[in-house]
Formats: sequence, structure tokens, C-alpha cells
Amino acid sequence: MTPPAGSLLSADQLRKAYGPTLALDGAEFSIHPGEVVAVMGPSGSGKSTLLHCLAGIVTPDSGTITYNGRELSAMSDAQRSALRRSDFGFVFQFGQLVPELTCVENVALPLRLNGTSRKEAERAALTWMERLEVDDLRKKRPGEVSGGQGQRVAVARSLVTNPRVLFADEPTGALDSLNGERVMELLTDAARSTNAAVVLVTHEARVAAYSDREIVVRDGKSRDMERVV
Amino acid sequence: MSIGHTLLGLLESGPRHGYDLKRAFDEKFGHDRPLHYGQVYSTMSRLLKNGLVVVDGIEAGGGPERKRYAITDDGITDVQRWLATPEKPEPYLQSTLYTKVVLALLTHRDAADILDTQRSEHLRSMRILTDRKRKGDLADQLICDHALFHLEADLRWLELTAARLDKLREAVTR
Amino acid sequence: MSVRQWAADLMLGVRFAFTGGREGWTRAVLTAVGVGLGVALLLLTTAIPNALTVRHEREAARSDITFALEPMPKANDTLVIADTDNSFRDQDVRGRALEPEGPRAPLPPGVEKFPAVGEMVVSPALKELLESDSGALLRERLPDRIVGTIAEEGLIGSAELAYYRGAEGLAEQITSGRIERIDRFGDPEPGEEKSDPVLLLLILVVFVVLLMPVAVFIAAAVRFGGERRDRRLAALRLVGSDSRMTRRIAAGEAMAGAFLGLLFGAGFFMVGRQLAGSAEVFRISVFPSYLNPSPLLALLVAVAVPAAAVLVTLFALRGVVIEPLGVVRAGRPARRRLWWRLLLPLAGLAMLYPMIGNGRDNGDFNQYLVTGGVVLLLVGVTALLPWIVESVVARLGSGGVAWQLAVRRLQLSSGTAARMVNGIAVAVAGAIALQMLFAGVDDDYTKSTGQDVSRAQMEAILPSGVPMDQAAEKFRDTKGVKGVFTFSEGWLGDRRQDPDHGTTVTVGDCASLREIAGLPSCADGDVFAVHGAQWDAGEDVAKLVTPGRKLYLDPSYEGGPKSHEIPWTVPEGVKAAKPRTGLLAGTDRGGVLITPKALPDALAPALDGHAYLRLDESVPDVHDLVRNTTAAIDPLANAMTWAATERTDRFDAIRTGLFVGAACVLALIGASLLVSQLEQLRERKKLLSALVAFGTRRRTLSLSVLWQTAIPIVLGLLLSMIVGLTLGTVLLKMTGTPVRVDWAGVLSMTGIGAAVVLVVTLCSLPPLLRLMRPEGLRTE
Repeated sequence: MTPPAGSLLSADQLRKAYGPTLALDGAEFSIHPGEVVAVMGPSGSGKSTLLHCLAGIVTPDSGTITYNGRELSAMSDAQRSALRRSDFGFVFQFGQLVPELTCVENVALPLRLNGTSRKEAERAALTWMERLEVDDLRKKRPGEVSGGQGQRVAVARSLVTNPRVLFADEPTGALDSLNGERVMELLTDAARSTNAAVVLVTHEARVAAYSDREIVVRDGKSRDMERVV
Repeated sequence: MSIGHTLLGLLESGPRHGYDLKRAFDEKFGHDRPLHYGQVYSTMSRLLKNGLVVVDGIEAGGGPERKRYAITDDGITDVQRWLATPEKPEPYLQSTLYTKVVLALLTHRDAADILDTQRSEHLRSMRILTDRKRKGDLADQLICDHALFHLEADLRWLELTAARLDKLREAVTR
Repeated sequence: MSVRQWAADLMLGVRFAFTGGREGWTRAVLTAVGVGLGVALLLLTTAIPNALTVRHEREAARSDITFALEPMPKANDTLVIADTDNSFRDQDVRGRALEPEGPRAPLPPGVEKFPAVGEMVVSPALKELLESDSGALLRERLPDRIVGTIAEEGLIGSAELAYYRGAEGLAEQITSGRIERIDRFGDPEPGEEKSDPVLLLLILVVFVVLLMPVAVFIAAAVRFGGERRDRRLAALRLVGSDSRMTRRIAAGEAMAGAFLGLLFGAGFFMVGRQLAGSAEVFRISVFPSYLNPSPLLALLVAVAVPAAAVLVTLFALRGVVIEPLGVVRAGRPARRRLWWRLLLPLAGLAMLYPMIGNGRDNGDFNQYLVTGGVVLLLVGVTALLPWIVESVVARLGSGGVAWQLAVRRLQLSSGTAARMVNGIAVAVAGAIALQMLFAGVDDDYTKSTGQDVSRAQMEAILPSGVPMDQAAEKFRDTKGVKGVFTFSEGWLGDRRQDPDHGTTVTVGDCASLREIAGLPSCADGDVFAVHGAQWDAGEDVAKLVTPGRKLYLDPSYEGGPKSHEIPWTVPEGVKAAKPRTGLLAGTDRGGVLITPKALPDALAPALDGHAYLRLDESVPDVHDLVRNTTAAIDPLANAMTWAATERTDRFDAIRTGLFVGAACVLALIGASLLVSQLEQLRERKKLLSALVAFGTRRRTLSLSVLWQTAIPIVLGLLLSMIVGLTLGTVLLKMTGTPVRVDWAGVLSMTGIGAAVVLVVTLCSLPPLLRLMRPEGLRTE
């Protein structure tokens, strides 16, 4: 199948097994620039695996993933790493901030990995921290900030490279609903303002409600609800 | 929702005209559905008859005559009683959705499809509510949240049912 | 608080120690190995004084020196015994020739039956040597049939070479000093043995140096799995145990490892005891049975080690508040202060300082000061290192991402980092010092004989009555002998007994005499007087050697046996001669020189034969060939080596031993490093996966792990080099040995230390790479 017209990132017929368990069994996906797509489904349905495949963290056993006209599964690990550094951003549920680095250093980290100088990287980091209303935490270490603040720092970090696709895996999973919603608001606002696509893995309907549309993953198969309806 | 009690409650802060009452109600509670004035009028007549309000005065003006209503002591007691009585939680025991799912199973249609479609519809509503919430004020947020939580509860039920479809099929087709 | 509650808490901890899965028992076993090594070393240490005492007692029990003025009369319970001590290569061989004079003659300890003439009983080590190929040369010298072995009670060490051989005709030679008649063995009044202070120092330092890193290791080992334990303790708090209870449970966990360690230690000790029986250090070997620690000390060890483990755990927990929902480390600890950390090593130096030079004049080393000083110096390493790591890391500037990650982590937890390398730093510092000491002392050993040995390298002493010309002939025929000078020597006094003045008398042909004095002319029949020599009471010569004066050869002395006391009148025409420096290095010879023709026959019995041999040192085993010839000339004759032979092989053995010991300790520490490193990595699994997800290169993360260990280890090794060299210098000064730095040793020890870190990093890379796989992101 050719990728849907205008799609930034699309996947077709993805299969991935971890040992005897089939995590993905013919999943499909596509997303346009500036679009927020929620990936929903019960626990263990393969949501996270789909995200990992789409982001090039995991290579599927079979199937194709096309990003911006390039075939992801044909790339080497180094190429995919480079792509993740330059074009993708990531927010996870928890455990993603380096505890030794200060918040601003954490946010600047992706830029530094790309070779940006420390000073410049931290300046850019601060801009994003302001947008996410956490610029007063710059000197603090992750252990010294609250969960919601930490997650906002993580969002700032995911956006600091101006990614074209933002992958968020249960970004509010560890937060209460008030903090969770604030993080979702800031995340989707920021993504829309930069025209970044957001792949949002969640099992919470209230978080998924921040998306433009949703796909449901069940037993390794995906279902794009827009096409059904 | 008891409109009578709500209007009574609004009168507690001071006597008001009927139109005033309608405006105050719409502003605070009637975001989705403004009250028809006729409803205000009939409700006030009933309250008047029951001695919960009295007419404080009549203003003759250019338009129709305008009555000013004031709450009586009985009225205050009534509001008090109403507020203190807990609402009976909705039993939600009669569910169309459940009926649809069972029927689909009985007629060997795809029940999962029904559930997915319903989820999609729920999510669509939730998106609209979320969007309104983002743009609205605190009152908007609270009202939307109430709705969102209910919809979320439905969605949870959908997920749970989807996960138990096989068992349900066994149970209903046996 | 009831005792039962205490016991229950401790037992719960013990259970946790062994039921924590693979991680749990790995930690328990590593702790136990560390504690075990410590216990074994401690037990060995406590056994050493005992071993030295036993050796001394055995030595005294077989003593055959009578101190009698007159030889005792022959009886049916007497034995004539001749000292035939000898050397083979660089080993001493204790030899005795036995001639029982009656049925009740005393048997030497460890011997069941007197060997007949042509028979001998030997120590097991000698037996093994004689039966091996390398002992063939010695076998020539000791051809007697071996009829038995000397039992343990007759030997002072498992590796001692000793024999008793049957002999006859010894009685006639009793006066010669190496032969005595005795009616029992044993020193009648055994004195306190004064052990070699340098040896004692070495033993003390070896054990302190080996024990210290083990102690540091134990301290680190009981903290293995700290994070997991903390979580477990927090969970216990949640279900209602109070903070004291959790502390006791933690103590119980540590105690479990320590008790297992006690068992290991006992095992290690038993093995080590057996091994000790086959080892020989500085010519001292012991029997395993010597190494019995005194029960009191052993008990002390058994109590002290687990107690120490518990104390360390409680100490480590002092800054930790265990809350039901997690563990809170007491806020950022105060900045480390330098002064008391510096105080430790300085105090150590201060304790060692008063003993500088004590070893040279054979003075005593105060054991407590030595141990205390060395311990304080080494403890100073562990005290200084955290401060150094903290201050250096705080100043480290920016660099790449890998560097930044490593430095930030070190800044946040420099204490942990320092603790990890503390053991290595202490071990390396100790090893450097020890090696310097060994190298220095050994150097000293070989150089102290440093004589000019260009003209003669061996001297054979032949009992009187051996014809010198025949002996010279036999030496000349021996392979490797290039020249032979034979003299007969004796001592002249001005009185029969207790002479006030005396000098040497040397008999030899003109050629030989010219080797030891400047003669104006020489013909057989001449007598010379050598004036002005440094040795042999040269200043007495002028007084004594006046023609017609009656002198006595081999005078007797008060308290000694009666000697020959042969009168000799100084003849007319004594020629003057000048001393000539050394046939034997550094010494010149004074006194009277007599050519054979001028020698009255009566003097012969009072003269010993001395043959000075010039050797071709390139001939293998030339010294033993000469000894064989000497033994063939007369079994009672003795050959001494004057050459300053290098004994590098002996030092090599010690160096190897030190290397192996240090390497083992370091490997153990390395293993513990690896365990804690892996534990740390596992805890960061999520983070590592997240970092990889957003595109961090594996290289960056691997490098940061390397920096993270390399920075503290480099600091640690630098510090340990400084401390090690200081300690080594002080120890050498204490023994009065010239200070020389054994750079090869320093580099190899620091090299081993660095290698351990490298290996640990390399070993932690595969798990690191595995942890960096995206599976780490999976939560379900």
C-alpha cells in the first residue's frame, strides 16, 4: 500500500513479536503534519510497540514504515538514531530526565547530542521552558521538582529540537488529572504552533480527547476510526 | 435538576423580576439550554401558590407588567431542605448500548464494531467538550469536566465490554 | 526492647540476605568472600607469633651446644656430634654427624634410631631434593643411604633441609669446636628469642597492607544492593516496623554475609595453613601445625568481624531516613573538610617517625606504633580520597555530553564514586610500599656482602691434620676453579691463657704469601712480620714479634675449653713485610707469615687449613662443585662463599607472591565494583532506554560510564602512589636501607589498579548495551 497522500509518517502491515507474544499483527498507521493522533487500546494491546516502531526505536519483523518519503526499516541503526535526534521528539511516562543534570541541562541535552554548543543549546532550552512555564526550575535537578513540573520539563525537552513528529507515550500517566490536562494542553498547543505531528499513546479517553482523531489497537491490529466512520 | 429550587435559591440574594431570574439562571446554569420564559412564569406561579414566594411589587412599564418576586421563610427552608438532600445516584441500569451489544451478539453481528463506533462517537463528543473547556472560563471547565467524566465512564464500560465480548457471547447465546 | 524482638529482627534480616534472588545471594557470597579473606588473614596473623614461638622451641629442643669448659667424659649415655652445616645453592643445609658412645646415647628430636656409618636420616624436604634431578649435585656430597626421615618435632620448618648421618672417629677431634660430646639435646637455658626486627616489620606490614583493602572491601560489600535494600526496608516500614526495627533488620542482613564469611574464612585459613606448609619466605618455612591461632584471638576474630559488619551497616545508614514511602538521604551533606582527613596520614607518619633507623642497629620496632602508623596512613587514603574526588570533580569544566553526564553524576555522588575506588587505592598504596620495602631490603641483603671478590670467591676451611697440598690438588682438579691459594692459619698469644696481645699466624708457600702481603723477597724457610695491617691486631705485631720471644699458638681463654697452647719462639731474622689489601675484599692481613720450611712440626695440630679459591663463576653450580670437593676432602670441612651472588630469584618469588596477592585483592574489589556498577545501571534502565530513544549514541553513554569510573580511579591511583611512596620511604628509612624507588613495581601496581577499572568498565558494557535496548521502555 502506498502511504496516504500528504501523510508525514505512515506504517503498513507491521508485525512484531517479542518471543512467543505477538505485539503487532498487521498494524497500520498514518499521520499528517500538525495532526494529533491518539493511539488507544487496552493494556498489552501493542500501543507502545507501535509507537516504538514508528519512532524507529524498534525495527518491526515485517511491514513498512515511511517517514517523509523515506523507508524507515531500510535505515541503519545509526541513521535511525540520527533521525530521532533531528526530527523526532519524545515524552515518556516517567524516568526520562537525567537525575544528575539540572532541568535546563536536561532540556538542552537533545540539542547538545546534535552538536549544538552548550551555551546556545541552553538558551534555546530556556525559551521552551518559558513556554511550558517551568523556566524558574532551570537550576533545579529533576529530583527537586514535582511530577507535573518534571513532565513539563520533559515536554520542553521533546520540543527543543523543533521535531516534526512528537511521540508521547502515556505522557500524563503518572500525573493527577489537573496536572495531566495542563501538560496535555501545553503539549498540544506547542505542537500545533510548530506544526508538529503528535503520536499520543494513551489509554485515557480524557487524554485522547486532546487529539484530532484516534486509532485503536487491539490484539496487535490497528483500527483507524476515521475511516470506519 | 429542580428548576423551582434553583429559582428559589436565586431569590435568596434579594427580590428579582421574572426576566432577571431567567437571565441569572441562564448565565449560571443554562449554558446548553436557556430557560424559556414561560417556564419561569409557570414555575413562579406554582411557588407563589405554595407560599414559597410572595409578590414584592408590580412594575408597570412600557411592556408587559413586571412582577417582583421575593422569597418567604418557607421558601428559604425549602431551599435548605433541597440542598441538604443528597441526589440519588443514577442507577444506569437500563442501557441502550447494552441492549444493542447483546442483540448484535444474538444475531451474530459484529459487536466489537458497535463498541468501536460508539467509542468514536463518545470521543468526538469529548473532543468538542475539551475544546470548549480550553477556550472557556472556569465555569465552562467545571461543566465540561462533569460531562467529560461521565463520557469517560461510558468509555471505560465500552473498553471493559470489548474485553469481555467473548464471555458475553457465550453467556447470551447459550 | 526484648531480646526476642531483637533476635527476630536480626533473623528476618538474615532471611532477606539469602532470599533476595540471584542478586541477593551474589551479594551475600561476595560479602562472605571478602569477610572470609579478612578472617583468614586475621587468623593467620594471630597464628604467626605462635608459629615463631614453636620454631624457637623446636630450635632450642634440638640444640647440641654444651657451653661446657671441658669436654664431658665418655659414658654410655654420651653422643659425639659434629656440626656439618652446609649450603646448597642458596639454601642452608643443617647437618650433623652422630657417633653414639653407648646404648643410652640421646637421640636427636624427630629421629627414631641412630643412623649407622654410611647411613643418614633426612628431613622430608631434603629427601625430596636429593631424589630430584636438581639435587644430584648435593647427593654427591651426601652419598649415605637414606634410612629414614626426621619427624616434624625435629625440624623448624616444612622446607628445612636437614640430615643426621652416622660417623665414627669423631671423638678424637672434639677440641676443634665443631664437635661436641653431649648427653642430651636441648638448650639447658633457652632464652627469649630475639626475632629479626626487619622480618617482623615485613610481616606486620604485609598483613596490614593485605588486611586494609579487605577491610575497605568489607565496608563496601555490606553496602551492596543498598538501593534495593532501602526499598525493602521502606516496604517494611510501610507494614509497620519502626525505624529501629528496620535498622536491626538491615544489620541482620549484613550479619548474614559476615557469618557466612566466618565459615569461608575458616575454610580459607585451613587451605592457607596447608599452603603455608609448602611455602618458604625469607628462608623461613613453617609446618601447618605451627599455625594454630590462640583460641582467645580466634574467638575475638569470630566476634569482632560480624560485629564490625553490623557497625559498618549502621554507620552507612546513619545519614538515611527510612520512611514508609521510600528512603530519604539526609540532605546534601556538609562540604567535606580537609583538616581531619589530613590529620590521619600525618598522625600515621608521626607514629612511624620515631622508629626511623631502628632496623639498622638491630633495635626494636614497637609493633603497635608500626601497625598503628601503617593503618593510619592507609586509612588516610580512604579519608582523603572522597575529599579529593569532591574538590576535583567540582572544578571539572565542561566538555562533551559524555563528559558532562559523567561529571554531573560524580558531582552529585562523589562519595559513592570515592568509596568504589577506595579499596583499590588502599591496596595499590600498600602494595607499592611493600614492594619498595621488599626491593630495598633485598637489595640490602645482597649488597651488604659487597666485597671485592676478584681474587678469590670461596674459602674452604679444612680441619687441622688435612694435608694441604693434597687438598689444593683436589681443588685444582675441580671444574670451575681457576686458582687455589692454601694457608694454614692460627692465633698467637703472648700467654698460655687469656693473652693480652695476640696476632694471626699464617703458613703458606711464597706464591700464596705474596697474595696477602708485600714481601721484599721470599724463600722457603723465611718468616715475616707484617706491620700496620688493619686486621689481625696488626698493631700488636711490633710488640710481639721480637726475636727470642716465646709466644703460644692457640691459647686458651677463660670459660672456654683448654686448647693446644703450643709454645713457639720467634726465630732470628724475621723479615718485615707490608700488608696487602685483601685476597678477600677489603681486608688486609697482619701478623706472622711462615713459609713451610720454617714451621716447626709441633705447631701443625693447632693450625686450620684455609683454601682460597678463585672461580670461574660462569660454570654452573660452581659453588656446589667446590663444596662437594670440600666434603670429599673431609666431611667436617666447610666451604664458604664470599661472592656477592645476586639473589634475584628469591626476590622474584616474593614479587610474584605480592603480585598474586594484590591481584587477588584487586580482582575481588573489581568484582564488587562490577556488582555495584551493574546494580546502578539496572536502576537507570528506564532512563538509558529513554536516552537512546531520543537518539543518544551508544558511544556517548559508554564513554560516560568509562569517565565515571576513570576520573575517580585516576585520582585514587595518584593518591595511592603518593601515599605508597611515602610509606615505602618511611619503612625503608626505618630499616636503615637506602631509599630507592622501584618504578617498575610502582607502575605495575598502578597498572593493575587501572586494569581492574578498565576490565570492570568493559564487563559492564555488554549489560549497558543490553539495557539501552528499547525493550527497556516497555512498561507492560
